[in-house]
Amino acid sequence: MINITMNNMKIESEEGTTILDAAKKARIKIPTLCYLKNVQEPGSCRMCVVEIEGVRTLQPSCITHVSEGMKIYTNTKEVRDARKIILELLLSDHPWECNTCDRNQDCELQKLAEEYGIKEVRFKSINEELPLDESTPGIVRDPSKCILCRRCVTVCQEIQEVGTLSPRARGFDTIIAPGQADLLSEAVCVQCGQCAAVCPVGAIIEKDDIDKVWEAIDNPDKFVIVQTAPAIRAALGECFDLEPGTLVKGRMTTALRMLGFDGVFDTNFAADLTILEEGTELLTRLKKAIVDEDKSVALPMFTSCSPGWINYMEHFYPELIPNVSTCKSPQQMFGAVAKTYFAEKVGKKKEDIVVVSIMPCTAKKFECNREEMTDSGVKDVDYVLTTRELGKFIKQAGIDFVNIPDEEMDAPLGISTGAADIFANTGGVMEAALRTAYEIVTGRELPFDKLHVVPIQGLDGVKEASLKIEGTKEEWEFLEGVTVNVAVAHGLGNAKKIIEEIKFGKKHYHFIEIMTCPGGCIGGGGQPRMTTDEIRKARIQAIYKEDEGREYRKSHDNPALKVLYEEFLGKPLGERSHHLLHTKYFNKKDENV
Amino acid sequence: MSRRSIDQILEGKPYKKLLSSEKLQQSEIDLVNTDPKKTQYYGRIVLDNCGRINPEEIEEYIGTGGYQALGMALKEKKPEDIIKIVKDSGLKGRGGAGFPTGLKWSFAAQEKESPKYVICNADEGEPGTFKDRLIMEGDPHKILEGMAICAYAIGANIGYIYIRGEYQLSIQRLEKAIKEAEKLGLLGKNIFDTDFDFEVKIKIGAGSYVCGEETALLNSMEGFRGEPRLKPPFPAKSGFLSKPTNLNNVETLANIPPIILNGAEWFRKFGTEDSPGTKVYSILGHINRPGLIEVPMGITLREIIYDYAGGMSSGEFKMAQIGGTAGGILPIELLDVPLDYLSLQIEGHNLGSGAILIMNETVPVVDFLECCMKFFVHESCGRCSICRIGTKQMYESFKYLREKEANYDELKKIEELAEALKLVAFCPLGQSVASPVLSALKYFRAELSKEIDSNEDYETITREMSDIVFDYS
Ligand SMILES: Cc1cc2nc3c(=O)[nH]c(=O)nc-3n(C[C@H](O)[C@H](O)[C@H](O)COP(=O)(O)O)c2cc1C
Ligand code: SF4
Ligand code: SF4
Ligand code: SF4
Ligand code: SF4
Repeated sequence: MINITMNNMKIESEEGTTILDAAKKARIKIPTLCYLKNVQEPGSCRMCVVEIEGVRTLQPSCITHVSEGMKIYTNTKEVRDARKIILELLLSDHPWECNTCDRNQDCELQKLAEEYGIKEVRFKSINEELPLDESTPGIVRDPSKCILCRRCVTVCQEIQEVGTLSPRARGFDTIIAPGQADLLSEAVCVQCGQCAAVCPVGAIIEKDDIDKVWEAIDNPDKFVIVQTAPAIRAALGECFDLEPGTLVKGRMTTALRMLGFDGVFDTNFAADLTILEEGTELLTRLKKAIVDEDKSVALPMFTSCSPGWINYMEHFYPELIPNVSTCKSPQQMFGAVAKTYFAEKVGKKKEDIVVVSIMPCTAKKFECNREEMTDSGVKDVDYVLTTRELGKFIKQAGIDFVNIPDEEMDAPLGISTGAADIFANTGGVMEAALRTAYEIVTGRELPFDKLHVVPIQGLDGVKEASLKIEGTKEEWEFLEGVTVNVAVAHGLGNAKKIIEEIKFGKKHYHFIEIMTCPGGCIGGGGQPRMTTDEIRKARIQAIYKEDEGREYRKSHDNPALKVLYEEFLGKPLGERSHHLLHTKYFNKKDENV
Repeated sequence: MSRRSIDQILEGKPYKKLLSSEKLQQSEIDLVNTDPKKTQYYGRIVLDNCGRINPEEIEEYIGTGGYQALGMALKEKKPEDIIKIVKDSGLKGRGGAGFPTGLKWSFAAQEKESPKYVICNADEGEPGTFKDRLIMEGDPHKILEGMAICAYAIGANIGYIYIRGEYQLSIQRLEKAIKEAEKLGLLGKNIFDTDFDFEVKIKIGAGSYVCGEETALLNSMEGFRGEPRLKPPFPAKSGFLSKPTNLNNVETLANIPPIILNGAEWFRKFGTEDSPGTKVYSILGHINRPGLIEVPMGITLREIIYDYAGGMSSGEFKMAQIGGTAGGILPIELLDVPLDYLSLQIEGHNLGSGAILIMNETVPVVDFLECCMKFFVHESCGRCSICRIGTKQMYESFKYLREKEANYDELKKIEELAEALKLVAFCPLGQSVASPVLSALKYFRAELSKEIDSNEDYETITREMSDIVFDYS
C-alpha cells in the first residue's frame, strides 16, 4: 500500500494501480473515451488527464500509475478546460443528429457533453459528411460520427484478429476504414459485431430491422413467431437498467406476447436439437475413425453454431471445412423446423409464417441471409433482432418491462432443457454435448458435480479437458478406455491460437467448441453495451443458475424433441435431419483482399 | 584490412597516398589535427570534412583521421569509458529535444536484454532543416563511425539508419560508405581485430513528419502505422522489436568521433558551460546568405544574421522562427539571446532541430501562423483528437483572422486551444503546435489584435506571402 493524495484527500492505494482506478475507489469519476478495460488502454483520447504536482504536462490517468506521495488533482481549472476543449473539438467534427441517432441517450459522447456542461461549441463545424456504409447484412458504419477512439480497431485486430478495420490516412483526414476498401462488404468482415459492441457513439451499429418486424406483425396474413436465443434472458434486463445477470425469461416472454407475436418460442429448443444431431455426428466420426479406421474422417470436429466463426473459417481456414460439424446453428435449425414441422402442425403455409429471431449477435443477421438457409423451401429465418433492438422494440411499444409479470413460452418449440441454456456462454455447448454423448455411450450421467465440466468454464481464452470413458454400453465398446480430449476457445484470436497449435501438431483434440465472441454469446456483438468482464461473469452466472433450476438438464431428455423425432425427423442424422438440419460450407479464401 | 593499415589508423598517420583531393595534399594542412586551437580555427567539428574530402572515398575519410576514434575506442577503452567521455563532454542530442547523449547511452547500456539496436535518426522532416542531409552527403563515414562507437558503448551489434526517402543522394552515399567500410573491415565482424561486430542497415521512410519522433519511427520501422507509442517504456528499455534501442540524430552521432578522439575537455572548449560544442544551423529567409553554418553554441541571433548570414536581404528584421515549424517565434527583443539550450529555455523557447527562419516586416504574423498550422493539419498523425481536430481548428481560426472575420473571442479561443495542446497532446508534435502560436501571442499580440480591429494602416501592409513562407499543401 502506498499513500497518495487526491484532491487534497489522503488515500491509500495499492502499488501498481492506475490513477483512474485509484480515483474510482475514492469515489471520484474521471471521464474516459478511448479507454476500455481489458480491451485497449492507448492513453490517446486525453479525456482522463489529471494534474500531478511537479509534472509539467497533464497526465492521462488511465495509464499513469500511482506512486508514493503523489499529489493528484482531478478537477483543476486546467484539467476542466482541457476536457471541455477536447469535447468541443470532438463536437465540432460531429454531425448534430442526436435526435435521430441510434445511440440517442445511450451515447458516451453525448453523455460527457452533458456532464461537462457544454452549452456551446465555439469552434466552427468542420464535420465532413461521409457516406453511410450499409453494405453488409449485420453492420452499419456511419464514419461521419466516428470519434476515432479506435476501440473497434483494437477489438477487430487484436481480440478477433480478423483485422478488417484500421485507421487510414493521417492528420485531420484520418478515418477508420475496412482496410483500403470503402465498404465493409468489399473487405473480409465476419460480421461478429464486436466493433459495434464497443463503439462509444453511433459510428458502428447493427442494421436496424425493427420496422420490418413491426410490418410483419401488422400484416394480418402473416403468422409471426419469435425465437429467443439462450443469451438474451441474462442480458435483456440491462436495456432497462436492471442489474447485469438478472434473469428475465418470464418478463421477456410476456413482452413478446404483448408485442403481438403469434407464438413465443425458444431457440433453446433447437439448441437441444443441435446437441442430439451434433453429438451423434461426433460419435459417428469417432466410430468411423476408430472402428472402421477410415482415414478420411476429419478430426477434431469443430462446433458450428457460431456464424461469425463459420465466416472466419470459410475465409481464413477453409481447409478445416471437413472438420466443422455439418449441423446448422440452432437459429437455423429452428427456422427449418418451424416452417416445416410446425407449419404443418398449425396448418399454415410456410410462406405465411414469419420467423423472427432475437439474437445476441449481428452475425446471425448475416447467417439468416445465406443462400443455403432455405431448406424449408423459403427463407428459414426471416428477421433477426439483436438484444439491443429488442430492448428498443419493447420501449417503442410502451411496455413497462421491469414491472410486467412472468409468463411461460409456448409449446412445443418453447420447450427446452438446461443444456440448451448454457449454449449462451463459452464452454456451454461442449458441456451440453458431453452431458448427452457420455450418457449415450455409457448409459450413465456425466459423473461431475451438478453436471458441470469445470475446467472448460470461465473466461480463460483457451480451455481444455480430458474425459476417460469407462463402462461403455455394448455398441460403444470401441470407446472403452478412450480418453476424449476437448478444447474450448472464445474470441476468434483464441480460435486462431488453437487452430495453429493443431496445425503444428502441438495439440490433439477430438472435439473443439469455438465461439466468435469473448465470453460466448453472452458477450455477443448485439448485447447491451458495454460488456465488460464483470458483466460477462454476471451473465454467465445467471445462465448457470437458470440451468441448475431446470427440470430437465440434458438435451436428450427434452420431451418435445422426442415427439419431434417420433413424428417428423425419424432419427438424428436421418434422411430428414440431413436435409433440414445440416448444411455445407464454402471456401471463400479467394474473396480475401 | 591489413595489419599495416590498422596500425596506421591507430597511430593517426595520414594516408597521404590515398588522398586525391588537391586541397588535402597541401602540406600546410595538418590532416590529423588534434590541436584544439587549430580545430577551432576551422571552427567545425561536425562539418569539418564536408566539402573538403570526397565523401565517396573511404580512404579520404581515413586520411583525415577517420575511424581512428573507433580504433582507439575498441582497442584502448572499455564501453564504460566511452560513455563517461560522452557524458563528460556535455553533448546534448541535436535532434530537437536536447537530451544529454551520454546519459541516454547509459540507459541502453544498463539493459540486459539482447540484441540491442543503434538507430540513427535521419528522417529530418522539420521544414527548413537540411543539416543532416549535408552531413550524410558530405561525410557519411563520420556517421557510421559514430554509430559503431555508440554500439560498442551500449553493447549493440546492429545499427539502422532511418532516412527520409527524398534524400536519394544521402542514401546512395551511405550505402556506398557501408560497403566500403565493410570491405576494409571497419564494419562487420571482428572490427580492428577485436571481438566487436557491427553491421549497419538502411531503412527508408515514407515521408511522414511524425515518423521522425523516435517511437513513431520505431513503429514505422516495424511496418506499423507511423504513430508515436506510449512512453514509458522508453526505447532504451523497449525499442525496436521491443529490444533495448538507442536513437540519436545524425548530427549527434557525427559529434562522437571527434569527441572520442580529442576528449571531453577539448569538446567543452566550444560553446557554453551548459551546452558545449557547436551547432549546425540551416538558416533561411530574408537574409543575404542562406545555407548551413556550424557555429559554437551560445552565439546570438544577431551574430547569425549579421555576421554569418550577411545581413538582411531586404527590409528590417521582424521575427525569426527557431527550430522549424514546431519552434517558437523570436521578436527583435530577443536578437541578443544566446542560442543554446539553457538560455532559450529560460525564454521559454527551444533550439529544436536547428532551422532558423528569418523574416522581415513584410510577413504578417497571422499569415505565417496560418502556414504553420497548415503543415500540422497535414502532419498530425491523427491519433489523439486534441491534435487531429485542434490543428485543423487552429488553422481555421488563423484563416478567419486573416480574412478579417474574427472577433476577440477568436484570439481567446486560440490561446486556450494552444494551452490545451501544450498540456495534453499525446506526443511532442501536438504539444509543439503551441510554440509558434503562444510565442506569437506573447510578442505580437498587438499585431494580431489589429487583424480584428481592421486597422486601416495595417491593411496597407503587403499581403503577398514572401518566398520564404512555404506552401505546405
Ligand atoms: C514530431 C517530431 C519529429 C521529429 N523529427 C526528428 C527528425 O527528423 N530527426 C531527428 O533526429 N529527431 C527528430 N525528432 C526528435 C526525436 O524524437 C528524438 O528525440 C531524437 O531523434 C533523439 O536523438 P538525439 O538525442 O540525438 O537528439 C522529432 C521529434 C518529434 C516530436
Ligand atoms: S453519436 Fe452520440 S453525439 Fe453523435 S449524433 Fe449520435 S447520439 Fe448524438
Ligand atoms: S464485425 Fe467483427 S470482423 Fe467485422 S469489422 Fe466488426 S469486429 Fe471486425
Ligand atoms: S467507429 Fe466507434 S469505436 Fe471505432 S473508432 Fe470510431 S468511434 Fe471509436
Ligand atoms: S499529438 Fe498529434 S502527432 Fe502526436 S500522437 Fe497526437 S495526433 Fe499524433
